[in-house]
Amino acid sequence: MGKRKDGPISVSKLFFKRLVRTINIIMSQKKSDSSTMPIHWEYAHAPESTDHVQYEMQYGLFIDGAFSDYDPSKSFDSVNPATGELLYQCTQADEKDVDTAVKAARKAYEEHWGSIKGSIRGKYLYRIARMLQERAREFAVLESLDGGKPIRESRDIDIPLAAAYFFYYAGWADKLAYAFPAKKVTPLGVCGQIIPWNFPLLMLAWKIAPALACGNTVVLKPAETTSLTALKFCELLQDIGLPNGVVNLITGPGQTGEYLVNHDGIDKIAFTGSTGVGKKIQQSIAGRNIKSTLELGGKGAYIIFEDASLNEAVEGIVNAIFFNQGHVCCAGSRLLVQEGVADRVIELLKQRMATLIVGDPLDKNTDVGAINSQNQLNTIQRYVDIGLEEGAECFQCEGNIPSSGFYFRPTLLTNVSQSSKVVQEEIFGPVLTVQTFRTTQEAIDKANNTPYGLANGIWTDKGSKIFHVGSQLRSGVVWSNTYNKFDPTSPFGGYKESGKGREGGVQGLAPYVHLESNVEAEI
Amino acid sequence: MILDRIPIDAIGVQERVDRICSRSIKKESKLQALDLALRMMDLTTLEGSDSAGKVRQLCNKAMHPYTELPNIPSVAAVCVYPNRVKLAKEILKDSAINVASVATAFPSGMSSLEIKLDDVRYAVQEGADEIDMVISRGAFLSGDYALVYDEIAQIKEACAHAHLKVILETGELGSLEHVRMASDLAMEAGADFIKTSTGKIQPAATMPVVLVMLQAIRDFHHKTGKTIGMKPAGGIRTSKQAIQYLVMVKEILGEKWLTPDLFRFGASSLANDVLMQWVKEKTGRYQSLNYFSND
Repeated sequence: MGKRKDGPISVSKLFFKRLVRTINIIMSQKKSDSSTMPIHWEYAHAPESTDHVQYEMQYGLFIDGAFSDYDPSKSFDSVNPATGELLYQCTQADEKDVDTAVKAARKAYEEHWGSIKGSIRGKYLYRIARMLQERAREFAVLESLDGGKPIRESRDIDIPLAAAYFFYYAGWADKLAYAFPAKKVTPLGVCGQIIPWNFPLLMLAWKIAPALACGNTVVLKPAETTSLTALKFCELLQDIGLPNGVVNLITGPGQTGEYLVNHDGIDKIAFTGSTGVGKKIQQSIAGRNIKSTLELGGKGAYIIFEDASLNEAVEGIVNAIFFNQGHVCCAGSRLLVQEGVADRVIELLKQRMATLIVGDPLDKNTDVGAINSQNQLNTIQRYVDIGLEEGAECFQCEGNIPSSGFYFRPTLLTNVSQSSKVVQEEIFGPVLTVQTFRTTQEAIDKANNTPYGLANGIWTDKGSKIFHVGSQLRSGVVWSNTYNKFDPTSPFGGYKESGKGREGGVQGLAPYVHLESNVEAEI
Repeated sequence: MILDRIPIDAIGVQERVDRICSRSIKKESKLQALDLALRMMDLTTLEGSDSAGKVRQLCNKAMHPYTELPNIPSVAAVCVYPNRVKLAKEILKDSAINVASVATAFPSGMSSLEIKLDDVRYAVQEGADEIDMVISRGAFLSGDYALVYDEIAQIKEACAHAHLKVILETGELGSLEHVRMASDLAMEAGADFIKTSTGKIQPAATMPVVLVMLQAIRDFHHKTGKTIGMKPAGGIRTSKQAIQYLVMVKEILGEKWLTPDLFRFGASSLANDVLMQWVKEKTGRYQSLNYFSND
């Protein structure tokens, strides 16, 4: 103790003071013992209300502006993945239905939509966008009910983004000449579009918005397990008065999609889904005068350098692989972490995973919802089993998960290598493989060592490294210090077996138009 | 000591904060949180005009936040200037409520070390259980980390048995990297708690800053095994904010930190909002603020 300005206190006095204080402390501890124990605090169930949401138990097809009657002889079920119970029934479109839909789209194209002014097409697209915003809560609940994704995501990401894509392409509808200077821009005609089950309404927006903006009409097939928001979207189209036949919806399994791809009345096929199906579509349209865009699988690398902001990088992993239960084609499913920080990153990641809440998609606190279908759940389990057989070590977060419905715990597979099947193939679930690297070049080589090339992520505090590595990664998207960020102005698409063509941005218009050199305009 | 410069991505921090704020805390979990928030509160008055009467009122409010409900807990501490410690201690002597005192030429810290040490000794001698010191931000920003470290270490010694909370005054530090570095420095130098702000500078406690400080505490615990407390102060006025901070503590540090021994709110107007929410949860109705005593 240093000098005192108010003079020294005698030792005995000090001793006495301390004694009194010690007694006081003991007393006060006694008094406050129960109140200073850490509490166990669990978030109570916070369910999103479903009272305001209505949907039919049975749906027909939406062709030429009207719903056909539900046909029990061609029925298929759609279940709620959170419970495994029946949600609604749809009509499976057969070859004849597909033909009717394509013809309706052709008629609408030739008689009206293909030749009206761009500003009028824009007007309809703006209406769609506004109506989606107005009914956002309803669509969010339906998306979570049907697909199993957490309400937090459908509310904050899927539906707002879907509206944003309609707003964005509405703006282009009357400005196509500016998108392609010195070219004569004409629509293609009828577009066949097939979308996946991971982002049902958002993928619908990615497909329909640019197609309509460019003056095409559409026959769209949603995924077998997630037709609900697409069907609801058709009701919305009726409400806003979109001319009949401009958008037609045919529900059904892969077979329905095949009818659509093989129909000779289509001018364009846009597909988002697996690489296997994408290859089959390429074969089917070979030799036919059909434009195509394919957005297929991926096995994105998530590269963490030792100079990265590790806490944010770990949070980024959560967004990269546990977002939408890992049902994301551009998911960062391969973690590549520099050896110097690997242990700490894995430790931090495990801590973070312990706070993830897996469960009821309609609970506002749920981070990871239900796996989309029993089939997909089996696939994920099969891959994890293969990983274990190959010698991987598995870490899964603890905590309760519902006993019914399709759920899979967020999973880490460590002790895997480039030659492991789980590192090479797309799992499409909440499963992250973890590998380490020593040098920048090794990270680039490992990231590129895959048939896929959809998206990769780089985490470093060094701007120069982002450009150095980013320019060498062979993928359509490279995110730096973030992951799984989408914006209507940004093109999205794959290298290699992850697909061809771009969706989004001004680049996303090109696959939906014919371009002719317009020499006069050039002069 | 070697001070690491930990890279921090401010955009990523904000995203994490947004995600934490999107947690929906309802029903019994909300009641639990309100109870905890009240027990974690450092009821504070730090004005030049603080008279004996004002301190007396504050202490009474600390002991009896809301007489209508018998089971309402009392707050953790009252926080006053050094020359009001004795009085506060006297009033609170039969309660479990601590008396915290700001010291070290609060709030600017612009004085000599000797005077700061005397300030601390005086407050401790008057009976303070906890000392809230400020770091020398000027020295920190000019890179004189050794000086900042030595000051904290000596003040810690001067505190003797009293708990030391080190105020970083994050509103003056300029970046999250600096917040992190100052947190590490304070913990290495012997802080029992690290605290965001004096309440005299804007911005005071913000969620990104608190997130970074909690991460520093977690990493320090990982490295040394020592358990350091956290106190956001200033600008926390609503129950909703308080609950979001508690979610942050739970998800970054774990439930071990959900105790007044390791987490405090420095606030003056938060108490009544917590009480109002509490009554609402119990009765289903919001009461007028007129039913809650100002202090």
